[in-house]
Amino acid sequence: MSNVAGLFNYWVVIFLMMAGFFVVISQGNLVKKIIGLSLFQASAFILYISIGHVSGGEVPIYVEGSNLYSNPLPHVLILTAIVVSVSTTAVGLAIIIRIKETYNTVEEDEIQVIDNRKDDEDEPVVVEEKHSSEYKEDRS
Amino acid sequence: MELSITLMLALLIVPLAVALTLPFFNSSPNLREAVTLLGSIVLLICAAMFYQTIDFENPPQLILAIPLPNYPILFSPDPLGIMFSLLVSTLWPITSLYAIGYMRQHKELNQTRFYCFFALSIAVTQAIALSGNMLTLFIFYEMLTLATFPLVTHAGSKQAKQAGRLYLGILMGTSIMFLLLATIWSANIAGTLAFQADGIFPADTDPLLLNILLLLFVFGTAKAALMPFHRWLPAAMVAPVPVSALLHAVAVVKAGVFTLLKVAIYLFGIDNISLLPAADFLAYLAGFTIVAASLIALKQDNIKARLAYSTIGQLSYIILGTMLATSSSIMGSSMHIVTHAFGKITLFFCAGAILLATHKTRVSELNGIGKQIPITLCCFTLAALSTIGLPPFAGMWSKWWLVQGTIESGQLILTASLLISSLLNLIYLLEIPLRAFFFQQSTTALTFKEPLSPHLLAIGTTTLLCLLLFLTPDPVYHLINLIDKGL
Amino acid sequence: MSLVDHLPILIIIIPLIAAPLCVLFDSAKASWLLALAACISSFIGSIKLLNTITLSGPISYSLGGWQPPWGIEYRLDLLSIILLLLLTSIASLVVLFARYSVEQEISKNRIVPFYATLLLAIAGLSGICISGDVFNLFVFLEISSIASYTLISLGKDRRALNAAFKYLVMGTIGATFILIGIGFLYMQTGTLNMQDLSERLPSLYDNRTIRAGFAFLTVGVCLKLALFPLHLWLPNAYAYAPSVVSAFLAATATKVAVYMLLRFLLTVFDFNFSLNTMPLDVILIALGSVAIVSSSLVAIFQVNLKRLLAYSSIAQLGYISLSIGLASKLGIASAIIHLFNHALMKGALFLALGAMIYKVGGAELKHCQGMLKRMPLTSLAIIIGGLSLIGIPGTAGFISKWSMINASLEAGLWPLALLILFGSLLAIIYVWKMVEAITLQPSTSTATAPLTRDEAPLTMLVPIWALVIANIYYGINTELTVSLAQRAANILVGGY
Repeated sequence: MSNVAGLFNYWVVIFLMMAGFFVVISQGNLVKKIIGLSLFQASAFILYISIGHVSGGEVPIYVEGSNLYSNPLPHVLILTAIVVSVSTTAVGLAIIIRIKETYNTVEEDEIQVIDNRKDDEDEPVVVEEKHSSEYKEDRS
Repeated sequence: MELSITLMLALLIVPLAVALTLPFFNSSPNLREAVTLLGSIVLLICAAMFYQTIDFENPPQLILAIPLPNYPILFSPDPLGIMFSLLVSTLWPITSLYAIGYMRQHKELNQTRFYCFFALSIAVTQAIALSGNMLTLFIFYEMLTLATFPLVTHAGSKQAKQAGRLYLGILMGTSIMFLLLATIWSANIAGTLAFQADGIFPADTDPLLLNILLLLFVFGTAKAALMPFHRWLPAAMVAPVPVSALLHAVAVVKAGVFTLLKVAIYLFGIDNISLLPAADFLAYLAGFTIVAASLIALKQDNIKARLAYSTIGQLSYIILGTMLATSSSIMGSSMHIVTHAFGKITLFFCAGAILLATHKTRVSELNGIGKQIPITLCCFTLAALSTIGLPPFAGMWSKWWLVQGTIESGQLILTASLLISSLLNLIYLLEIPLRAFFFQQSTTALTFKEPLSPHLLAIGTTTLLCLLLFLTPDPVYHLINLIDKGL
Repeated sequence: MSLVDHLPILIIIIPLIAAPLCVLFDSAKASWLLALAACISSFIGSIKLLNTITLSGPISYSLGGWQPPWGIEYRLDLLSIILLLLLTSIASLVVLFARYSVEQEISKNRIVPFYATLLLAIAGLSGICISGDVFNLFVFLEISSIASYTLISLGKDRRALNAAFKYLVMGTIGATFILIGIGFLYMQTGTLNMQDLSERLPSLYDNRTIRAGFAFLTVGVCLKLALFPLHLWLPNAYAYAPSVVSAFLAATATKVAVYMLLRFLLTVFDFNFSLNTMPLDVILIALGSVAIVSSSLVAIFQVNLKRLLAYSSIAQLGYISLSIGLASKLGIASAIIHLFNHALMKGALFLALGAMIYKVGGAELKHCQGMLKRMPLTSLAIIIGGLSLIGIPGTAGFISKWSMINASLEAGLWPLALLILFGSLLAIIYVWKMVEAITLQPSTSTATAPLTRDEAPLTMLVPIWALVIANIYYGINTELTVSLAQRAANILVGGY
């Protein structure tokens, strides 16, 4: 029992991971997929932070008289990983916005239907540049 | 650089140079054909000089590159290779002469492309003939398929496209699936691919493996058109006649049997190959192919298709002789490469001449045309006699040795197959002149229309060569005896 | 310390700095020139590094002067430099090619960001090859991946968006798996440096955490590598991405993933553990075989040539993983050889298709009509590239096939040799489908496509033919590929 409770963090990691993975696989809505993906990545962050913990260790700041610190390195690592995760999410959401602009939907099955219809016509569908003017303004 | 190495290099470079310069003469056909003819004559001279100067005890070696450690691209000819190279070099000028007459009269399109790939095919064939190890042979074997592909699909029609698919599919499919596997496997076992007189495999190699390898080699060499991988040859007949004549009666198919002879003599060793049960099986398969191809040929109405099946049968003579691996049968096989070449190329030339003069491609339409084109048909008859193996023509010698080989090894069924096929040859080949000279045509009499033209000259030359080779087969014997000595 | 000593980091830094500079200049032509200059200088740098490494062994570079166990170490051995050379040379050629192709395929206001993103991808991929620190490797992996998602989404066809999204989801899952795997290794060993890991891991091979970490790492890398059945993202991504991006990714990104696999299996872990103790050899052979047969079969039925090549890429990756699965020095060497040669052929083919798209407007079978007359040089490039893909002697592909078959025969697995050859047969069919369409289809005389010679501009032909000539050159002279690959394999298998 103590073992189970002692591994509480890891249970959370597994739960988050599976939940995130499930959302990615089962949801047809692209935004929900991205949310699931973030959840999935978050589980890895918790894993890292958990392994950095040293039993009885203190905050890794130099204090007179204490020798036992938690390991700071995983925290540092995971800061990087969080940045990575945020950028992935940003790119994902940006792509979703463009999908919404061109397909007018963010549901995977509907996009599939539209694509299949276009497949029959056998012509590549050129992305319309609806917001190109706005984009230009953004940059200037 | 030694003279013989220079000459050997010339054998490879001359046709290649012709192929590369031809595109620049696209706009002037006269110049283009002059270059082809000139190139081919230069090649013949080089080949003859090479034959004169070469020292077989100590053949020249030329390493082009070393793509794989231990396995260089090596040119180092043996008597068999010289014979093949001489054969092709002799026939190229004649075929060029023929092609000039034929292609112009037939008003073929894209003639520059035609001459260009033709010269390229000759270059690749020379490389096959001169190759000094199995890797080199394989490389150029594969390239020959590619170089001849544009010639097969020359017409660009739907039929040509389908024929091209069959051609490429069978030739490249079998060579990659079986021949390449066999080559790499041999390299893996023996650690070398160099052609050596008594074989490369160590004495303790598992006999089962050797049997498998032999089967892989023979089935991988579909250019030898052993059944069941023979279908590409009739399909390739959609190509213009000069291609069928030089490439699909001589260069390509002979490259196939040449490969087999090389494999048998220099990779396995003659003494070892006759011990393998697979060799017996293959000899019988060749015997079957001989009879079956002759029977099919009998039924073909299209002249070129009939000649193609005849070629399939004749190629299997060579395979049979190779697989029996007695001294006379190897002699017969090597010799048949040459003698069959002269006979068959004449037959194809004549088929093309018939097409040009009368626009007829079927045997059943030939009744009574003998009056129109007597010279062509006479030559056809003589070449047919040579192909059948009757004196006084070159074909007799090789058949003689082959039959003797089958008797020596006691395989009387195979002797029978050779004789039956000769009989069938007689029937299906001589039907053509018979119809032409002795059957009456229903329509009114036709006039003589056989003006002296380049292609007629070519036909005459090859027919004469058939006769000449009967009288003086010495150069061929000389080379073949050298093979027998194990050089 | 002279500038040359800093080359390992410079190769990453140059494209990394060039990327924001592109955006600052904000001119299509300037950013093209800048990207080109960056790639070429990286290329020159890697040639210099190759010389140093072949002469005096691996280079170790401590980032920021922090000594290895504490700081991040950059370490270059033969395998890294082979990949780096491949990557920078192909990047230079692709960027040279990009100019007109990008002008046509990507809307004007996105050209500058496009070059910036491409440079980021190049920086990320070179980082993977150079880094000797597993976490740093993960970061570079993500830099290159995020850049590639963006690059793919720039495709003209709107299906590119969907393809990019799918790749993003699967790629991120793969990367997170790698992250978790690294976490497990760190948990048990307390180090992220590959050298340290390879020293500390052997005593922990029976540890369950380590084995789980191994599994996570392998699955994550295989996702990136598009190993069957984790390949689903690849065909659409390659088919709908801009031509330049398809060529770049096909030639480099999956190859770098193979590099990661080799690095993890053979350097971080060791040969015996990865391929003998763990059943990975059997898995790689089985999945590789299925990939070869199934993807080649699917490729035969494609109408879109880019898609056809994409499926062929999956098959080729099957060959590579199969060779690794043979678990022998020869097998690893042939995997490295094929990795290099396949990059050359796919680079040439995708670029040639890019030129075709530029002139004809599409890369489907129906666009091939009359190609031979219209664009003879491009057509010839496609034909030679295709022959190399089949493995016709005289091309680089033949050398790959030879060494793979030789390796499988040496391992006593002749059915695999047959399978590889069967794969070549299937390759003949799908390659010949292209060749036939180009050479034999008579051009329909539509008014839109006049049958005059209309060849691609020189900046496109030069990179295409550079790769085509490389295909032939490395089919004849294999000094660089075969002997370097064998040396690299010896080092990898025999321990660091």
